[in-house]
Amino acid sequence: MTTEPTIKREAVADHHDGDHTGAPSVWSPARWLFSTNHKDIGIMYLVFAMFAGVIGFGLSGMIRIELMEPGVQYFTGLEGSWGDQHNYNVVTTMHGLTMIFFMVMPALIGGFGNFFVPIMIGAPDMAMPRMNNISFWLMPFSFGLALLSMFVPGVNETAKGFGGGWVLYPPLSTSGHPGSSMDLLILSLHIAGISSILGAINFIVTILNMRAPGMTIHKMPLFAWALLITAFLLVLALPVLAAALTMLLTDRNFGSQFFDPAGGGDPIMFQHLFWFFGHPEVYIMILPGFGIISHIVSTFSKKPVFGYLAMAYAMAAIGFIGFIVWAHHMYTVGMGVELKAYFVAATMVIAVPTGVKIFSWIATMWGGSITFTVPMLWAIGFIFLFTVGGVTGVMLANAGVDHMLHDTYYVVAHFHYVLSLGAVFTLFAGWYYWFEKMFGIKYNAPLAALHFWLMFIGTNMIFFPQHFLGLNGMPRRYVDYPDAFEFWNRISTYGYMITAVAMIVFFSGLILSMIVRKKAEANPWGEYATTLEWTLSSPPPFHQFNELPVVKNAGGH
Amino acid sequence: MFDIVLNMREELRETRKAMRLHGLKLGAAIAGALTVGAGAAFANEPVAMALGPQPAASAVAENVTWFHNYVMVIITVITIFVTFLLGWVILKFNAKANPVPAKFSHNTAIEVIWTVAPVLILFAIAIFSFPLLFEQDVEPTKQKLENGEYAEIAPEDWVTIKTYGRQWYWSYFIDTENADGEVEVVEFDARMIAEDDIPSTPGARRNLSTDNPLVLPQGKYIRMNLAASDVIHSWAMPAFRLKTDAVPGRLNQLWFKAEKLGVYYGQCSELCGRDHAFMPIEMRIVPQDQYDQWLSLAANDIDEATTYINQVAPRPAAPVRVASAQ
Repeated sequence: MTTEPTIKREAVADHHDGDHTGAPSVWSPARWLFSTNHKDIGIMYLVFAMFAGVIGFGLSGMIRIELMEPGVQYFTGLEGSWGDQHNYNVVTTMHGLTMIFFMVMPALIGGFGNFFVPIMIGAPDMAMPRMNNISFWLMPFSFGLALLSMFVPGVNETAKGFGGGWVLYPPLSTSGHPGSSMDLLILSLHIAGISSILGAINFIVTILNMRAPGMTIHKMPLFAWALLITAFLLVLALPVLAAALTMLLTDRNFGSQFFDPAGGGDPIMFQHLFWFFGHPEVYIMILPGFGIISHIVSTFSKKPVFGYLAMAYAMAAIGFIGFIVWAHHMYTVGMGVELKAYFVAATMVIAVPTGVKIFSWIATMWGGSITFTVPMLWAIGFIFLFTVGGVTGVMLANAGVDHMLHDTYYVVAHFHYVLSLGAVFTLFAGWYYWFEKMFGIKYNAPLAALHFWLMFIGTNMIFFPQHFLGLNGMPRRYVDYPDAFEFWNRISTYGYMITAVAMIVFFSGLILSMIVRKKAEANPWGEYATTLEWTLSSPPPFHQFNELPVVKNAGGH
Repeated sequence: MFDIVLNMREELRETRKAMRLHGLKLGAAIAGALTVGAGAAFANEPVAMALGPQPAASAVAENVTWFHNYVMVIITVITIFVTFLLGWVILKFNAKANPVPAKFSHNTAIEVIWTVAPVLILFAIAIFSFPLLFEQDVEPTKQKLENGEYAEIAPEDWVTIKTYGRQWYWSYFIDTENADGEVEVVEFDARMIAEDDIPSTPGARRNLSTDNPLVLPQGKYIRMNLAASDVIHSWAMPAFRLKTDAVPGRLNQLWFKAEKLGVYYGQCSELCGRDHAFMPIEMRIVPQDQYDQWLSLAANDIDEATTYINQVAPRPAAPVRVASAQ
């Protein structure tokens, strides 16, 4: 870029810095198939994630409907049923894989990350726009392969699909499922991994090289920080998953015995490799959400984020420590006690930077002048619910009590609190915060608020009783349970029904806003929405920042 | 190193007693209320509408219960505290109540406090957590007698059992000496009692009872070696707070003391395929003489042994099902 930089932060909805000419028609297939526009690609990721989310939510509905009562009602294996208990295991497996790889990650990283990180750092697009497109289009292929895997032989001709949990432990995933289903799933995850690794490279290069003049790393918005750290986690962790997946593939098809004790292999080695990826993966899912919450809390408290540097480096600390705690998922495999003790200590350490963030968000609100817009409702709900999920994590970190709680519904409750009531709440918070910026129309506020309250009540009703189930000994991944566990399972299923209504309200609100088409403003949130996206029109021009903005003042993140 | 840990554990137990008596009565009472199922009698199985862990079946299990309650108090206080702060902020600093926002974004003192305080809280958890972990994972060599003295645990005080996880049942192997002094292996399988057979089997629990229970002698230390023949399974016994994976090609080990007579249930705790939910564990702790008789019968015919143990140590009557009819 050789044009002189001009001061742009005062310009609001100014078209000098934008370029509407050359924007292809929305109906042109080439615009989407061959896109090199970070905003278009972000939208595609969000649409994809919504589609996958509906499927994942339906799968969990099948689980909750089956578990409402003791006994097997729907997975009986009889004519006209949903399948048998193997198929139930397939449903739980696919629910986890869908929500993690095809909903949360595409929405937060591919969706919001792609759309807003270049804008927030004052860049015209990502560093590698064409690779960005490849990253996206690999995802429908990956998801297609995963869905296909449900309908081809898994264990044998009649038992279709892979029913070994999203963690894919051998020998169940090798000799336990000789059919091609598992091979399709391995390829699916390889492709999703490539998509994310390429995307992560793109984010790192973009953020490190393309910040506008004056935007040092320490003036960058916290959402950009979050994506930078997440990208490093992806680049370092995903190759280990790829290696583990490849070893499964060769064990299954090419005669290797990495995980077969008869050939000197070790099933536990897979678990180490998997969780070396798996634990950073959960931070990959939550860190972008942390960034979103910082923006929202600051905007609607009319205050700058409290302790910006501490917030940025807390995320970095969480990311770093997240690499050295993986075996807290493996306390029952027969590990030596000293090694377990190390992992207990390291896991508990993560509570410190996480606590710093929770308290800093509250301190941002302290002394502020808070308006309870819909994004703010989601953000406050997140802070409370993530705390609940986080403290049950502290309980589980202690191996002495984890022996009792491992593989029970207590663990299911814990991770759904930090994911469904944590990451998903940040997702909806970001959705409503940035809705009118992305789409140029306003969301329906009453329906959005109703969506929040129904979701809050519903998800709590699903997952809070599961703590009781786990404490009293109900194992996870069970199609049926001893009669004594009925009561809380029933309550949990009622909670699902309320959540389903919440999702109907969400889609109704979306459709209604698309019909009403109330025109969006460039900045509906006021002077405390201080990041660069609010200086652009809604929606932003097809190409922004043909002339780079110059960042002068340091404040207002 | 283990001696230091064990001594620490002893001191901590005394400290815990003192804390329980002097400081934490309220917290322990609340936590204690949460650990017992609502309106349920003592049971070694899950209980309808239960809120907490199954009652502890051994001293080590009691320690796990205690530690859980202790951490529960801490995390409940933290959660209430954060909720209170959020409530305060919502009430005091909403736009109506506070139209002009403050401008501060730093306060070194509070930042130090909210970094150091969590570290101290984690430390307060860790000092009890590590001894508990070592107690569970390290086989004891000494036991405390009723008069307060310590005695060595003799090899005869241990019963070693090998447990194999299979798709989809458990196999147990116990070494015994026959009349000629030769070592014989008592081997039997334990399969879930089918749902259709439950009504005709007195005291049987659906999805929990097995055709042949694992019988153990009261007062002995039990060493269990775990392996699997096909995929990973996991042997769990909630009343004893035990769970160790049964992995093919690997021999894992756990220990516990069979302290109280009774019937105990557990369930497979690692996804192992189609019938993962249908390979439970039933354990009965019986007096030594009944165990000896059961073992000698089992050496010949497990069915005879099971019939015998069902006569002398039957399952208690099944609880009335609280839930609605099917």
